Amino acid sequence: MNLSRTGKWMSVALPAVAAALLIAGCHGGATKSSGILIGEYGALSGDTATFGTSTDKGVRMAIDEVNSKGGVGGKKVQVKVYDDQGLPPQAKTVVTKLIEQDGAIAVLGEVASTNSMAAAPECQKSKVPMITPASTNVAVTKTGDYIFRTCFIDPFQGGVMASFATKSLHAKTAAVLTDVSQDYSKGLAAAFKNTFTRLGGKIVAEESYEKGAADYHAQLSSIQAAKPDVVFVPGYYNNVGAIGRTARSLGLTVPLLGGDGWDSDKLFEAAQGSLEGCYFSNHYSIENKDPRVQEFVAAYRKQNGGESPDAMAALAYDATKILIAAFDKAGSPADGDYSSEEYRAKLRDAIAATKDFKGVTGDITLGPDRDAIKPAVVLQIHGSERRFVATVNPKDIPL
Amino acid sequence: MQHPFEHFLQQIVFGLQAGSTYALIALGYTMVYGVLRLINFAHGDVYMVGMYITVLSVRAIYLHHWISPSWEMLCIVLLLSMIGCGLLGVIIERLAYRPLRKAPRLAALITAIGVSLLLENTGNLDSVFGSSPLTCKDVLPGGHTDFNIGGVLIERNYLVIFVATIVLLAILWFVVSKTRLGRAMRAVSQDVDAASLMGVNTNKVISFTFFVGSALAGAAGCLFASMTPNSINPYIGILPGVKAFVAAVLGGIGNIPGAAVGGFLMGLAESLVVAYGPLIHLGNGYNDAAAFAILILILLFRPTGLFGRGITEKV
Amino acid sequence: MKRTLVNILIVAATVAIVFGLDKVVSRLQNDPSLHAGYPVRILMLALIAVIAAVSLNLVNGFTGQFSMGHAAFYGIGAYTGAALTVFAQKQLFGHILAIGEETGWWLSSGVLLLAMLVGGLAAALTGFVVGLPSLKLRGDYLAIMTVGFNMIVVVIANNLKEMGGAAGFNGVYVGDTLIGIPPLTTFFWVALVAIAVVVLSINLRRSVHGLAFESIREDEIAAEAMGIPTTRYKVTAFVLAAFIAGAAGALYVHFDLRVSPADIDFIVSINFVVMVVLGGLGSVSGAVIGAILLTVLPEALRMNGSYRLVIYSIMLIVLMLVRPQGIFGRDEIGRAWMLKQVQGTKTLPARISGWTASLFDRFAHRRLSS
Repeated sequence: MNLSRTGKWMSVALPAVAAALLIAGCHGGATKSSGILIGEYGALSGDTATFGTSTDKGVRMAIDEVNSKGGVGGKKVQVKVYDDQGLPPQAKTVVTKLIEQDGAIAVLGEVASTNSMAAAPECQKSKVPMITPASTNVAVTKTGDYIFRTCFIDPFQGGVMASFATKSLHAKTAAVLTDVSQDYSKGLAAAFKNTFTRLGGKIVAEESYEKGAADYHAQLSSIQAAKPDVVFVPGYYNNVGAIGRTARSLGLTVPLLGGDGWDSDKLFEAAQGSLEGCYFSNHYSIENKDPRVQEFVAAYRKQNGGESPDAMAALAYDATKILIAAFDKAGSPADGDYSSEEYRAKLRDAIAATKDFKGVTGDITLGPDRDAIKPAVVLQIHGSERRFVATVNPKDIPL
Repeated sequence: MQHPFEHFLQQIVFGLQAGSTYALIALGYTMVYGVLRLINFAHGDVYMVGMYITVLSVRAIYLHHWISPSWEMLCIVLLLSMIGCGLLGVIIERLAYRPLRKAPRLAALITAIGVSLLLENTGNLDSVFGSSPLTCKDVLPGGHTDFNIGGVLIERNYLVIFVATIVLLAILWFVVSKTRLGRAMRAVSQDVDAASLMGVNTNKVISFTFFVGSALAGAAGCLFASMTPNSINPYIGILPGVKAFVAAVLGGIGNIPGAAVGGFLMGLAESLVVAYGPLIHLGNGYNDAAAFAILILILLFRPTGLFGRGITEKV
Repeated sequence: MKRTLVNILIVAATVAIVFGLDKVVSRLQNDPSLHAGYPVRILMLALIAVIAAVSLNLVNGFTGQFSMGHAAFYGIGAYTGAALTVFAQKQLFGHILAIGEETGWWLSSGVLLLAMLVGGLAAALTGFVVGLPSLKLRGDYLAIMTVGFNMIVVVIANNLKEMGGAAGFNGVYVGDTLIGIPPLTTFFWVALVAIAVVVLSINLRRSVHGLAFESIREDEIAAEAMGIPTTRYKVTAFVLAAFIAGAAGALYVHFDLRVSPADIDFIVSINFVVMVVLGGLGSVSGAVIGAILLTVLPEALRMNGSYRLVIYSIMLIVLMLVRPQGIFGRDEIGRAWMLKQVQGTKTLPARISGWTASLFDRFAHRRLSS
């Protein structure tokens, strides 16, 4: 039989072809594009793909809007997105590719702090501004002066719900249910516990679940036994719905509290009414009558089959708009070369100077730590609506 | 406050609830392993497909108002999922495993991994299932119902899963041990070549094994999606798949009742670790690790699994 | 005597060539105007994967055992190595390094080797603890043990607050200054270690010990009957593989300057297994090619957008169907292999038609037999 010999021939050919493809990939990208290219990276596959996909929708909406109004300095803005599969080394790889091969002038992304922290040093090293729409770990923007964020940091958001629970709900005791495989969840939980105890409350139960968890009975029954006044569940909407239903089926009726990870229509679908009257913190209220919010929500719904934007989409939209505003502020480069280091430094300065930017997710000012300073809102769930309850300012949180 | 013993019983109930799904998935693993010595990595993803069949057909039923939530509706979606997944299993075997039957054993493992990746990433495409989580609408009437037996809470939906698991297990046991096809299956699992020489159509038997194993994964997927409050996504099958695989080995791989017991034990280990872990100062966040450690310990003392036969090898 | 001299010369020449290449690679890496950071990164990741895959081949290929948790050892090496160079940075370098600070070649190489040694030993030690009980048994128990062990290591990493927990570890903040993981890994060391591991593996395969490993793979009972202490050999292979994987992890963490639980997940272990089997179980050349292919291929497919991973998985399946024994089977690239390739050389079209025909034959044959 001839197969094995041919197979061996193939075995040499295959890696050679792969290598050739790689080299082709390098050369193809090395040419400078004359337009304005923004790089985006995120999880478009893998178990966090739903967040990356929402982010991508938000970015594209903002870019389309800008381009329909003539782009930046008369040039169309292009966005190139790569899938990092939710894996940090991949995030670093694709950002390197975006910067070096595709010539991205600025980079938008990631949701998961782990991935943002993996890619941020590449942006910093190459002096390419990066704005993360939704990475909440404090360390992300500490990487360097080219790294920005438009969302809250964990200590603030966790504090918001702790302060709301004590001041508005008069809770004396609380339980916390954390997703230990999510840095976001752990960060919020730690901040909540810290602020809640400072305000005189007591944490009576701490339970956790892990990636891929499918059952919360054991955790919630332990929480129930501790009889807390409120339960803080800083998870994402894909788990929280099931947690709410399980809690109610066990007869645990106290309010559940959460963070911006709750903000999605999918939550109401998943919770099937079990989270009625529960509260979560968010960047904005979808019911806010401000036209900039209403226009965004209406346009998003139109593009996405009636689905309301979740927090990721709204944050990504704002991050993109802040970047575009910075382009406008930095002006067109004299030599027309947007990709020069000089221009990128100007762009960075323009982003850093963002003040009272009228975003969908609030009036955003980027502080000296390059983190967004903006108030949080507390929303209450009624049916499939999120009702505005309170605004909490950063200065209200005892740190 | 619950009585400590009631609390313990309650945790046992929770463990059995969670373990039912593992048991159903582990059955498919163990059957395929028993017959082909293949770790069918795609099995967890077949389970995922079963969930999507259920959620999407329930959605269609609601959309067209064919029938209202009822036991009939559950039976219909259960059958649809089982048949759909069974066929999927047969197709996978035919295309990805059968050509490799005479190849080194691990070659089929790689195609299995390939099929697993293919199912996940195809499912993730917007044009297929999409990445955003889906939740099943009510299949049974009456929303949430539960019974309180002596201070122990039993939810109807989980009882359905448990009973269905037991019934399917009984049917499977009957098929394997009492029917001609079952005897052929056992023959193939002992020695494929010898069975073939004795006139057993091994290809047919292996196809049948895949059909049954995958149909059980489909049943597990259907019950999980429709009876528990969880949302589903295209990557949801990976972890339960791995856990069920461990459960199958724990029960003695290739052993059908063993796989079921292994699955239930997996669920029990998880819920008992959450409930009683703090008593032994087990830090929060180590639940999965502790559950796996328990299973590994069991395996150390019972290397062939709980119900595995002692290894006798021909020299 | 003459032989030793030749060997020394070969080693010296290899080191010199790698050293020369290192200059080129570091130039490519550090000069942004060359736009080469991306291919260099892929190259480095591929070489690190080669080290890990070749080490896994010792267990899964040579000895015929089945480890599915190799990423755990890789991870232990990475976390321990990083812990050493971050928490003991002041002791090792005399002061806290600034980001991007260059240290002398000898110092940074010495520290890297120390980190590899410490990471490797930590991995080897845990490998011994995990391997000993499970390798006394036959069958797929090692698979389960290693899967479980991998899960446990990931959970521990998730909970390891001192090293970033779920967010991963890139150093410690003291106030606002980061004591980062120093960038010690250079092309020189990665390539040298990769070459060393490959040469070691091939020599091992040809040695008496290698034959003992392979006899266990072929028939454990017969091997035992021949007086081969099978458990000892299996544990030795496993611990050695764990050591090398740990060292690879230390190399990785000082290249990527970060590590997180996602880097050492079960899925990563599966990827290592695929590399080894795809290349040809038991073939060192196969493990090398498998590792390179599986690192490069997903990148080469980037242009396909959301279909990338769909195409990738189909390619994986098809490749395995076409080459069930892996790309190299159990052969190694070498003189004998080259001669075999040249024999009966045909033109490309003839080869393709021959291949198609044989494929057809295979399916037709199967249809008849079924």
